[in-house]
Amino acid sequence: MLDQGSNPNLVWPAEGLTHIPDWVYTSEENFKKEREKIFLGNCWNFVALDAEFPEPGSYKRSYVGDIPVIVSRDQDGKINVFENRCAHRGVEFCRELRGKADQFICPYHQWTYGLTGDLIAVPFRRGERGKGGMPADFDMSKHNPKKFNVANRHGVIFASASETIEPLEDYLGPETCEHFDAVFKKGKLKILGYYRNRLNGNWKLYHENLKDPYHATLLHVFLATFKLMVAGQKSAMITDATGRHATAASARDEDLELGEDIAGEMKGAWRDDMKLEDTKFMNYVDEFDSPWTVTMQTIWPNLIVQRELNTLGIRHIVPRGPHALDMYWTMFGYESDDQEMLNHRMRQGNLMGPSGYLGVDDNEAIRFLQEGLRRSFSDRGIVKLDPNNEGNTDTLISEASIRAMYRHYRETMGL
Amino acid sequence: MMTDKVNDLQTSLTTEEKREIRFLIEEFNTAYARVLDAQKIEEWPDFFEEDASYTVIPRENFDEDLPVALVWCEGKSMMRDRASAIRSTMVFAPRYLRHIISNVFVIGRDKEGYIFSESNYLVMETLMEDSTRIFQTGVYFDKFCQNKGQLSLKSRQCVYDSLLIPNDMVFPV
Repeated sequence: MLDQGSNPNLVWPAEGLTHIPDWVYTSEENFKKEREKIFLGNCWNFVALDAEFPEPGSYKRSYVGDIPVIVSRDQDGKINVFENRCAHRGVEFCRELRGKADQFICPYHQWTYGLTGDLIAVPFRRGERGKGGMPADFDMSKHNPKKFNVANRHGVIFASASETIEPLEDYLGPETCEHFDAVFKKGKLKILGYYRNRLNGNWKLYHENLKDPYHATLLHVFLATFKLMVAGQKSAMITDATGRHATAASARDEDLELGEDIAGEMKGAWRDDMKLEDTKFMNYVDEFDSPWTVTMQTIWPNLIVQRELNTLGIRHIVPRGPHALDMYWTMFGYESDDQEMLNHRMRQGNLMGPSGYLGVDDNEAIRFLQEGLRRSFSDRGIVKLDPNNEGNTDTLISEASIRAMYRHYRETMGL
Repeated sequence: MMTDKVNDLQTSLTTEEKREIRFLIEEFNTAYARVLDAQKIEEWPDFFEEDASYTVIPRENFDEDLPVALVWCEGKSMMRDRASAIRSTMVFAPRYLRHIISNVFVIGRDKEGYIFSESNYLVMETLMEDSTRIFQTGVYFDKFCQNKGQLSLKSRQCVYDSLLIPNDMVFPV
């Protein structure tokens, strides 16, 4: 159906989870509902890493869904998350990406907020020489910006608007925690830098891309050509019980011989003639307590944890309406890294990110996909691979984890 | 502020020497832009010395001395590898790119003879069915070798202002 953005019926196809209607990616009305039911609903949203706040007064701009927030460390060392919006007229007052401050002052009328988000000063509150000013009963403590609940697991900070949400550990579930902890419990993180890009695709497509190992063997010629990931190698899609989080895990096997059957199916994703002169950037330093060389975690609703060999980072998904998302990347190593390990992580960074050998492919594919959904005559896609599983699977040729995500999505959204 | 990061320069070049070097750099950058505009990506590493470095760094990292780069090449071999990955493995929509390199500022020459300079760059991107847009603006921090009058890059550090990259960056800048 054309023009679903303005005229969606918002009814899931009768076929069930094997069919995904286009309007989940294109409808403004559905997007508004996602903000309320998902990002501001019963979810823990990623907002920052603890290592970004080395001392009291350290702060950064962040987002819960698409709502701007400030994350700050107060004088007691506690992390606070509150809306970046002045209680007076609504100015988004914190403009620096990151920094250090004693307080936040809205530039418009200098209403002032402490590091915990409390409103602490209103200029001319009593007026000037008996004239003007705020009403006598104006109570500053009733005019704080919206504050979020905060949880921290091994230095990863999450925020929730919900008062009744389960503890973070229960929210993540044991399967997700195991692979999450392999990265974050290993040592004190060292922030190595940032990058950011805008993808012209719906935010859910990014989750789906990482819950879809089928594409990895076909779209990413680089992965296949250099046997970083090929069908037949040891791999798993580990999905939590609710279906919302997943860990795409694979173990590299450089000696793996592809059978003729697999090589035949993958022939379009293969460049026999392609050789690299300098392959050291693809080396793997075995530094994790894990049988997997790669784990890519999709943590609902807005976090990707990347452990691609030794290149580590988080990707913070900020939805920008139904048709776009901003990806904020924070790359890190460990305080214990020596200079050579640091250089290795930097070299290996060529694989991922907005200019990565793998990153470019995904970003382009997601844009092509959104354009197809937005402009076509048909009205749904199909996700039927690996029909006997929903969630966990041990084959790359599977869409089982996408279906599990949409089971959860439909429950949350009442669809 | 940015030039402060280059230390220990012997900056006693005469105005005439500076003009001459500036002219050589302008010519070099014009040839560089011409190759990238034509997407002759295999020729791009030829502008560099064998052990040269090439990085593309968001300004937010540069300003905070954080090392993370979009592209990190140590040596010409990594540049050639990037060129062949773009040509043979990366999947992307066709596009035109147009590079404008200007405001060449010669900082000076060090004791070993390397020339340090900065240039502003602007990359315009045109996707086939879209309007042309500014893809990236930034500064090149360059270190050149000069052999028999010919320049070649010992390092080019591209520091970009356009923090929010539109979708992705396929080609080097």
